[in-house]
Amino acid sequence: MMNLDWMMFRRMCVAGAKSFARSGVVSFATVLIMTVTLSIITGLIFLSGLLSFTLSTIEHKVDVSVYFVTSAAEPDILALQSQIEKLPEVASVTYTSRDQALADFRQRHATDQLTLQALDELGGNPLGASLSITAKDPSQYESIVNFLGSGSALSQGSASIIDRINYDQNKAVIDRITAAIGAAEKAGMIVVLLFALASVIIAFATIRLAIYTARDEISVMRLVGASNAYIRGPFIVEGVISGAIAALITLLIFYPATWYAAGATASWLGGFDFFAYYRTYFALIFVVILGSGVVLGALASFLAVRRYLRI
Amino acid sequence: MIYFEKVMKRYGEDAPALEDITLSIAPKEFVSIVGHSGAGKTTLLKLLLAEEKPTAGSVFFESVNVNDLPSSALHRYRRKIGTVFQDFRLIPNKTAYENIAFAMEAAGRTDEEIASDVPYILDLVDLGGKANSFPDQLSGGEKQRVGIGRAIVNQPDIVVADEPTGNLDPINTYEVVQILKKINELGTTVIITTHNKGVVDSVGRRVITVDRGRIVRDDMQGQYVL
Repeated sequence: MMNLDWMMFRRMCVAGAKSFARSGVVSFATVLIMTVTLSIITGLIFLSGLLSFTLSTIEHKVDVSVYFVTSAAEPDILALQSQIEKLPEVASVTYTSRDQALADFRQRHATDQLTLQALDELGGNPLGASLSITAKDPSQYESIVNFLGSGSALSQGSASIIDRINYDQNKAVIDRITAAIGAAEKAGMIVVLLFALASVIIAFATIRLAIYTARDEISVMRLVGASNAYIRGPFIVEGVISGAIAALITLLIFYPATWYAAGATASWLGGFDFFAYYRTYFALIFVVILGSGVVLGALASFLAVRRYLRI
Repeated sequence: MIYFEKVMKRYGEDAPALEDITLSIAPKEFVSIVGHSGAGKTTLLKLLLAEEKPTAGSVFFESVNVNDLPSSALHRYRRKIGTVFQDFRLIPNKTAYENIAFAMEAAGRTDEEIASDVPYILDLVDLGGKANSFPDQLSGGEKQRVGIGRAIVNQPDIVVADEPTGNLDPINTYEVVQILKKINELGTTVIITTHNKGVVDSVGRRVITVDRGRIVRDDMQGQYVL
């Protein structure tokens, strides 16, 4: 039984491969359409990568600063920094000392003599140290600020070392960015799904058309005593071959295409490098595109043949 | 061997394509079914091949009611019947050899059996030199001989031929009839439908005449009479 099954499987594979090779224009057209389909899917992977990169860049530009009173001792501030860094929501905490804050201020106002004179007249350093906190997700700033306001963050109840937190000023911007990122992710997902669905439907229609031309052949196969599985097998093999070849062509096309795109778009995509992305995620893209091609080819063939096997 | 019991076949609301058909065909018979276009000849064969189910009545093959066969068993049933078509119906992207071999492959015959039997069949239908030709490289007569080869390669109990000479010139018609007679002489039941008086008369065996869905004549040593 095992030998018979293997023999039939081998015959289906050989028949499918021969039919693919002999079908010439039909096979070429199927591979071409599937290449376009898989190229769209690959393009959508890059679009998704670009969207994630852009959103991540925006997210990292958002932070909350905690300003300390000038009398706050540096060890207390560093202890608080250490506590904040342990919060799961926190991506990074950057400490700016009073001296650094003063140097930065002078640097920012280097051309504003009036401000610098006023600073000199005050004598000493009127600026406090600060901590700049970046959350892993913009929606998590509120809980970080709540942690700071709860007093548990401060040793021995010395809440007075915090002068102010700029969360309230930034809250509106943070909320808007959070909402915009959420909306962009949803819109991106919908666009990706719509394009993927449209391209899959086109590939299905092409394979159905190719099998439609063989409907008489299928009826003859049935009348000479071939089982449905034996009729269907070679068509599925043809679909798998078409999908696999289209996937390989797509992966080949995208190698020079991403190299060229990386050079042409580096200056206006904020540092997103298509070629680097392709190389970094090649294994994943290879599996997704080859898998999509093979599954698409096999499934479309299976469904297309099924309608001619119903007698 | 084959028994049609009070068979009626109706398509939709139209008049019945076949009505009150009762007939039996014994092993090794050569039966010609004749009649005008639309008389019901092809429907009769479709019922035998289980391509269609009768609206009423039953079709028996070796005491098995064909209508009761589940769809998963139909392919095994059809392997007992070799089918020849008026329009040849060869698989276009397979060679003559592969078209004949396909029927054996589908039946699960071994590679050794295929390598041994297909060349023999090709010689039998006088196509030994055309094994690697594709259907579009063959003449009508050659295509029909490939079709016959495919029909007989699994040594079926019956060969059913629907207008096998309908698309052939007189010389090829003669050759095809000779092959079918030879197959019958070797012990296979042959059932053909035809319009061709010359074919029926040259066979000189049982003739069933169908008219407007009914059997109007069944003559054991019949001539073509309409």
